[in-house]
Amino acid sequence: MKHARTFGFVLAALCLTSLTVMLCLCVGSVPIAFQDTVDVLRSALTGAARDDTLAMILLRRRLPRVLCAALIGASLSLSGAVMQGLLRNALADGSTLGVSSGASLGAAVAIVTGVSFRLGGLADTTVVAILFAGLSLAGVLGIAYALDHSLSTQTIILLGVVFGMLVSALLTLLITFSGEKLRSITFWTLGSLASVNDASVRLLLGALVPLGGLLLAHADILDLFALGESRAARLGVRVRRVKAVCMASVCALCGVCVSVGGGIGFVGLVTPHMVRLVVGPSHRRLLPACALGGAIFLMLCDLAARTLFSPRELPIGVITSIIGAVVFVALYARRGRQHEDA
Amino acid sequence: MKTLEVTGLSVFRSGKALLMDLSFTLNEGDWLAIVGPNGAGKSTLMKALCGEWQAEGSIRLDGRSLASMSPRERSREIGLMDQTAFGQFAFTVEEVVRMGRYPYRRGLLHVGDPGEDEAVARALTQTGLTALKDRSVLTLSGGERQRVALAQTLCQHPPLLLLDEPVNHLDLSYQQSLYRLADEWRRVPGQAVVTVLHDLSAARRFATHALLLCGGRALAFGPAADALTDSALQAAWGVDVAGWIREMCGVWK
Repeated sequence: MKHARTFGFVLAALCLTSLTVMLCLCVGSVPIAFQDTVDVLRSALTGAARDDTLAMILLRRRLPRVLCAALIGASLSLSGAVMQGLLRNALADGSTLGVSSGASLGAAVAIVTGVSFRLGGLADTTVVAILFAGLSLAGVLGIAYALDHSLSTQTIILLGVVFGMLVSALLTLLITFSGEKLRSITFWTLGSLASVNDASVRLLLGALVPLGGLLLAHADILDLFALGESRAARLGVRVRRVKAVCMASVCALCGVCVSVGGGIGFVGLVTPHMVRLVVGPSHRRLLPACALGGAIFLMLCDLAARTLFSPRELPIGVITSIIGAVVFVALYARRGRQHEDA
Repeated sequence: MKTLEVTGLSVFRSGKALLMDLSFTLNEGDWLAIVGPNGAGKSTLMKALCGEWQAEGSIRLDGRSLASMSPRERSREIGLMDQTAFGQFAFTVEEVVRMGRYPYRRGLLHVGDPGEDEAVARALTQTGLTALKDRSVLTLSGGERQRVALAQTLCQHPPLLLLDEPVNHLDLSYQQSLYRLADEWRRVPGQAVVTVLHDLSAARRFATHALLLCGGRALAFGPAADALTDSALQAAWGVDVAGWIREMCGVWK
């Protein structure tokens, strides 16, 4: 009975994700009929590649973009849900904790200074973005912890806001002196998926599969963390090790996402909140559901970004931040009421 | 477990000595009541016993040093229930109780052991929570939360059960059933109970042994009736505690 329900949920989520992928492939500046889309995809899968305009648009332009949106959405949502569990705080996220802005700054610094910092197949920007993401998280949490041992919401949010302003000031400074080298400030603060390609898809997939898997394997432990660190320790969890592993994975995921799509905010705040309303807080269900939910959410946001004012394109972060701000206020208001009750 | 030996136990936190040089032994079948005025170090001792806080001196369980056990091993031997909240996420009562089985899960995917469902159901029944099992823990009253914490610890099934002020928030009928539960627990071979209690009458009535703490030091330790003498209580609290208890009980005569 219970298993049948879980199976039903998984099936429904997968169907919804595939439907969203198809929708995002069909809709765009050049509308493509559903049947044509299916034909092109089928011929590409069977190796009989077509080289007409339709196939070019779909396979070269639209497919990588839709896949990138899905992968970034999944990565950021998973990261957000994990941070929230670790810190017992529904407002924790890459954008509220300074991880994303730190990664943006890192990527920008790498481009401007032209440092060569290759690590395996990863580009300099990615490596430095991950590095800065980690440093920012360590910095924000470190200062928050020094100010207030209980890591209260107010402290974290205040520091996150201050840190975000500092980073956008530094970014603006960089861009002012970098001339043509650096893409616009908008890309690094609001993100865009306009210039992604097959390599971006491979990079994102390469990050999400191992790191996402690692995080999913921590689902049970995150449940214990969500109740409290001391309780987790008492039930046999190596608290420090788990925290280090999860935070490092989250920083790496966010760093990769930022280096591909810029600073897309609030995804990790919105999706887990919505998903929790449907599947509850247990991480065994929450984490996989967040990955799929995040993919769907960001694909739709990207669709809106490229079609709402077509042919002009909006930065994708405009959409996510508007939705994110509303959800943030709603969450904060509800927490406030809970505190009054307690 | 057969024996718990504590020798020369001291706990220091941020340069302050919270516990000084405690030594005592606990055997299977014992129920040790830790009593003493506020700030005596009762909860500190509980945290040291379950390995959560660093302590100097030695704690040995059946001859094995607690410090040498892995956190997981330790959590299958010793379980502590205390007054912690449940965070801000709406887990159900059953989900929270089930988390007590974590020490028994195996492998990368943390597969539950075959006895998990039965252990969860038993813990829910023992604490009278079966009817509430699908409620969110955020909507519970203080007493109900206390019972959920107890159920989680029972589910963990530690041979050495540590209960820090277990009757807090509980109404009298649940207090009775808690004392009965702890009494049954200690009578199972290989099991023992340690409780922090403020109710000295309950300590005298149910516990086999008592440890009287004051200012981080042991004032008395031994069989409950021998340790909790009028003069020892007077020394710990600075008022005539025994006289007060007799006066209070007298109103029901």
